[in-house]
Amino acid sequence: MVNKHLIVISVEENPELNLEELCHACDVTPEFIHNLIDYGVIEPRGFADENWRFDAEQVRRVRIITRLQHDLEVNIAGAALVLDLMDQMEKMRSRLELFDRYFK
Amino acid sequence: MEYKDYYEVMGVSRTASPDDIKRSYRKLARKYHPDVSKEANAEEKFKEVQEAYEVLKDPKKREAYDQLGSQWKSGQEFRPPPGWQGFGDFGAGGGGGASFEGVDLGGFSDFFESFFGSRGGHAPRSRQQHAHREFHMRGSDQHAKIGITLEEAYNGGAKSVHLQTQEVDAQGHVQHKTRTLKINIPKGVVPGQQLRLSQQGAPGMGGAPAGDLFLEIEILPHHLFTLEGHDVYINLPITPWEAALGSKINVPTLGGPVDMKIAPNSQGGQKLRLKGRGLTSKTQPGDQYVLLQIMTPPAETESQRELYEKMAQEMPYNPRQHFSQ
Repeated sequence: MVNKHLIVISVEENPELNLEELCHACDVTPEFIHNLIDYGVIEPRGFADENWRFDAEQVRRVRIITRLQHDLEVNIAGAALVLDLMDQMEKMRSRLELFDRYFK
Repeated sequence: MEYKDYYEVMGVSRTASPDDIKRSYRKLARKYHPDVSKEANAEEKFKEVQEAYEVLKDPKKREAYDQLGSQWKSGQEFRPPPGWQGFGDFGAGGGGGASFEGVDLGGFSDFFESFFGSRGGHAPRSRQQHAHREFHMRGSDQHAKIGITLEEAYNGGAKSVHLQTQEVDAQGHVQHKTRTLKINIPKGVVPGQQLRLSQQGAPGMGGAPAGDLFLEIEILPHHLFTLEGHDVYINLPITPWEAALGSKINVPTLGGPVDMKIAPNSQGGQKLRLKGRGLTSKTQPGDQYVLLQIMTPPAETESQRELYEKMAQEMPYNPRQHFSQ
């Protein structure tokens, strides 16, 4: 069934999330986020829980970690390592593309 | 509907042990996991593997599936016998909840659903349980990816996004809906960036507000530019005389061509910066880098060869001097 209607909506470019919003966005518990912070996988701004602010980039990271945990049985330390390697790979991939274009 | 050969998907024989199946699943899940894999169709493959494992890991489901016999071939048109109700007892997946996952709904095949019932999409597990207990509850946040061109990322501007949702109604029927949203892409967005659309996620319950929709930016490959963070790179092929004498060259940028000065005695591999010509956003500047690539004009005629010979005599130059240090 196709139901089409057009809505014009505003977009938040660099949203900052508090702990509750981050948990809601990623469907995880605050304890899980505490754990990720202990492992240095994500970094909040601010000190106490209620003052923590997370940039939206963390939503992507947390969701990748939960998927890796669920689908591949990776633990948090392992998932953190995968994330770091993925970041490095992303950089290397654009360098490689540049290299390939330079040396045709 | 098409028959699915779950043993073939898992790369195991029909007599494989549960351990063999688990081992094979783990290997394939690593290979095709969409977050990690760069294989073509990784996402599709991963889903197939998950579906096959969902059936083969469960002795009851596997037995039911095996009852169909081994005469079927993958992709063959499969018609259930008249009066067939599937395997009934497996129960439909949780009710409620909608799922955005780009264009893909994330559900299993018709073949799977006719046997084992719908999983009701990818609605978050824990949240579904809450939903039955509490009457006032904010809708869940949803996530989707949008692919845009590098030009769209540079300029920003209005764009229509088509989203498919899958909702389970009160009778447990899965309904597919397409929603078109018109959004303003901010200037200078980069891959992986999350845009939040307030209250555009799943509807709330008991008068509670809807969840939010998070859109992740993906940028499509460009034929000229390579992206690194907010900076864009381009190779600029130039002639030896443009490099040696200095010149002014018209260089493409995302905002249109600009004249760039090449200093005399420039070398191949040099990186020149055009400030602010990358993906500049409200908070992050982006530059364009131009990599000089000196091309050698072919010596095809006698006089052209003479010219090169004259250069060799007039300007002895050893680009490999550092080899002997």
